[in-house]
Amino acid sequence: MMAPPDQQAIIRLFGVHRRYGALNALTDIGLDIFQNEFVFITGPSGAGKSTLLKLLYLGEPASEGQILVDGLNLARISRKRIPDLRRRFGIIFQNYRLIPTRTVFANVSLVLEAMGQKEHLIRKKVHSVLRTVGLEDRDSALPLTLSGGEQQRVAVARAIVGNPQILLADEPTGSLDPSSAGVIMALLQRYHRRGATVIIATHDHEMIGRTRGRVIRLEHGRLLPQPTADTP
Amino acid sequence: MNRILKRALADIRDNGFLNAITVATIALAILISSAFGLFFINASRLMTLWQQGVRVMVYLQPEFADAAVEDLRSRLEKLPAVGKAVFISKDDGMARLKKQLKHQLSLLSNLKANPLPHAFEVQLRPAVRDWEEVADLAAAIQKLAGVAEVEYGQGWLDRFAAILRLFKLAGFGMCALFFIATVFIVANTTRLVLYSRREEIEIMRLVGASEGFIRMPLYLEGILQGAIGGAAGLAGLLAGHLYLSAQIDPGLLPSQFEVRFFPPALIAAILGGSMLAGCLGSLLSLRQQLKT
Ligand SMILES: Nc1ncnc2c1ncn2[C@@H]1O[C@H](COP(=O)(O)OP(=O)(O)OP(=O)(O)O)[C@@H](O)[C@H]1O
Ligand SMILES: [Mg+2]
Repeated sequence: MMAPPDQQAIIRLFGVHRRYGALNALTDIGLDIFQNEFVFITGPSGAGKSTLLKLLYLGEPASEGQILVDGLNLARISRKRIPDLRRRFGIIFQNYRLIPTRTVFANVSLVLEAMGQKEHLIRKKVHSVLRTVGLEDRDSALPLTLSGGEQQRVAVARAIVGNPQILLADEPTGSLDPSSAGVIMALLQRYHRRGATVIIATHDHEMIGRTRGRVIRLEHGRLLPQPTADTP
Repeated sequence: MNRILKRALADIRDNGFLNAITVATIALAILISSAFGLFFINASRLMTLWQQGVRVMVYLQPEFADAAVEDLRSRLEKLPAVGKAVFISKDDGMARLKKQLKHQLSLLSNLKANPLPHAFEVQLRPAVRDWEEVADLAAAIQKLAGVAEVEYGQGWLDRFAAILRLFKLAGFGMCALFFIATVFIVANTTRLVLYSRREEIEIMRLVGASEGFIRMPLYLEGILQGAIGGAAGLAGLLAGHLYLSAQIDPGLLPSQFEVRFFPPALIAAILGGSMLAGCLGSLLSLRQQLKT
């Protein structure tokens, strides 16, 4: 692996399989992701990128193999501790997944409420993160009244407001125009500079080309050998 | 807690129509069953009052010897249900009758001899409440030597007691049914709320919300529905009670009797019951629906 050897793996996968009936969505995945890495997972549609991300936060269970996240063994974790696991992640879903009936503010603050934080702190943090993504004046808008790029920024705000160690993004720029995509990528890089591990599933090669990070390739649910080290 | 309440209230507001129907149904259930309860409570108080006024009159055979009076008295007073037996001689009886018929004394003036028998007025022990005990006592007295006739209360009082017993049974059955109905109504509402929120709940889970955080507002909603519905039902009953008791002719009822509403403890219990039903409804639905 080309990650610096002094760094600690925050995510480890050993012989992980995921099957949907007879379909092998992921086959024998072994992988270490290190703290503060910036990782792209890429590959053609149906390669298993989204599935891989889902396994990490137990959106779905692995069919076989072991996954460790920050020392937690996902195969053994009790149901009660799943929220604890998920709070280590900020997740940007493939299709935003904002709650349409709640305002921008409420969508973002939900994360902190679920963590049981104090109301005045929540207010402060949410306003601050909305400023970061440039939506401070849209806090009382409903998601569907926003543009795609703006909705994705809300999703980013929700993902980072709890200050998670790991940021997962599934096609964060997939449906955006180039300039909105640039804004989102800049936000993710900025969060990475704060010390977080960032994992992005994408087939946007142009974006990968423009960004420093390790590229992991999937095809038909298998890891391809690493062709190059960091892309320039 | 405050925040959970806010979320529950927001939920109720967002599903306004559904919640209004639920609350109205609960209110109706509470209204009907507690109207029943209220009627029963007042009717049994009335019954008790009537029973307390019950005297068992024991008429003796005409040839009864004056000498045997004391003997019969002691035998009467030995019966467990009897408090006191007061002898009323035929002359005392005539004196009472004359007093009662003050204005029609001429009716009695033609009598050559006193036609009244000797009698005992038997007072019951305060512990005797049950109508059947009175009937049993009367039967026992009837068997004593020298007793011609035993008279106690009117037959309709007996029937009234029987109807009341039936009412009590039906009332309990109805309360149980309405309780169950309330549980299911709330369960169904919760189910629909859950269905309309399934994506939201899924998102909450994915961002790390605990099951408790997700469920708490839904429990609270059930409890609130129960509380509001219960309060509305009781308020309706109170209004009906005030209206109807103003309509009742006081001459029809014993003077010591007034129609009363539920005591505060019972009101609290009814509200508590309806909140419990709401909570159980949510619980039922959540257990069934939120299995991941
Ligand atoms: N819930 C599911 N049930 C059955 N099959 C599934 C399920 N989820 C994913 N799959 C299958 O697993 C394979 C991998 O899907 P996945 O969503 O991980 O692909 P992907 O690499 O994210 O593709 P895309 O780039 O189009 O998002 C696909 O063949 C898909 O049909
Ligand atoms: Mg995908």
